[in-house]
Amino acid sequence: MTPRQRLWFFAVAAAGLVACYLWAFTGLPGFGSYPGPYGQEILRVAVQQTNATGVVSAINFEYRGFDTVGEEFILFAAAAGMSVVLRKLREERETEPADEAESRTVPPSSSAVRVAALLMVGPTALLGWWLASHAQASPSGGFQGGVILASAFILIYLAGEFLSFRRLSPDALLNAVEAVGAGGFVAIGLAAIAMNLPYLYNYLPLGTVPGAVSSSGTIALISFFVGIEVAAAFVLIVGELLDQTLLRSA
Amino acid sequence: MISAGLMNTLQVTVLVLVAVGATVVVRTRTRVRQVLALSVYGMLLAILFLVFQAPDVTLSELTVGAVVLPIILLLAIAKVRKREQ
Repeated sequence: MTPRQRLWFFAVAAAGLVACYLWAFTGLPGFGSYPGPYGQEILRVAVQQTNATGVVSAINFEYRGFDTVGEEFILFAAAAGMSVVLRKLREERETEPADEAESRTVPPSSSAVRVAALLMVGPTALLGWWLASHAQASPSGGFQGGVILASAFILIYLAGEFLSFRRLSPDALLNAVEAVGAGGFVAIGLAAIAMNLPYLYNYLPLGTVPGAVSSSGTIALISFFVGIEVAAAFVLIVGELLDQTLLRSA
Repeated sequence: MISAGLMNTLQVTVLVLVAVGATVVVRTRTRVRQVLALSVYGMLLAILFLVFQAPDVTLSELTVGAVVLPIILLLAIAKVRKREQ
């Protein structure tokens, strides 16, 4: 095919795409309008039914809790797969982090970076913890909280403390925490079945004040378990990659 | 309260910024710079979700798109570079 023919081929295809795209646009609902019945219905009943003012969390961990279990195990499988693929291979040597280009002088990370990163570790961990434990009250949840909690560990590495990062996050502990987090979610659902209720039925007391930390029954508990699972999974993934990049060579 | 007109202006502005950001990411040719552009793009997407009143998604996008994904990519680039040497 000559470049000229290719250009014609592209022009025809692009024109067809644009036509179909514009045609599809005319069938869309208006900007900001939502035609489905479920959104309005959930907004009407969610706070009364679950005592959670964070309605998105109520949807994630209750109304469509079973979907969320599946999503949780996507991350679980990804972290497990990463551990298997990036394990230490027989022909790989594990060495201390070494400067591979000795002729080039690498400036050490500046005190400003180190101090700023270290100062942010505490507040970041607190923010992550707060988000993971307040899913029932405000827009947050186990996933967001867990990732922020994990980034507190990554900040320790950014502060130049690779060995501290690894010492604070031993793989055995991370694996255990991740398993407890993922298993906890499933177990909370199975407990409902043991009580002759539907899977993931909210059987815990909902509390009296909507949106309070102690409200919303299983929603808050599941969010907490998701939080520790996600935090452990992300620290595990970044830790594996750091090992792979800094320590190992074939 | 923010007026509806201002909100619309804000939404259009952020949509344009996201389109520009995505183009910059695709057009950047140096690997490390592309990752940094991707991180900024993640931040822009987070702002977009905030402006469209989805704070939950904002938090997820901010943590994954602007922080964790760039870190994973930077580590992968460092590993590949090490092997090339």
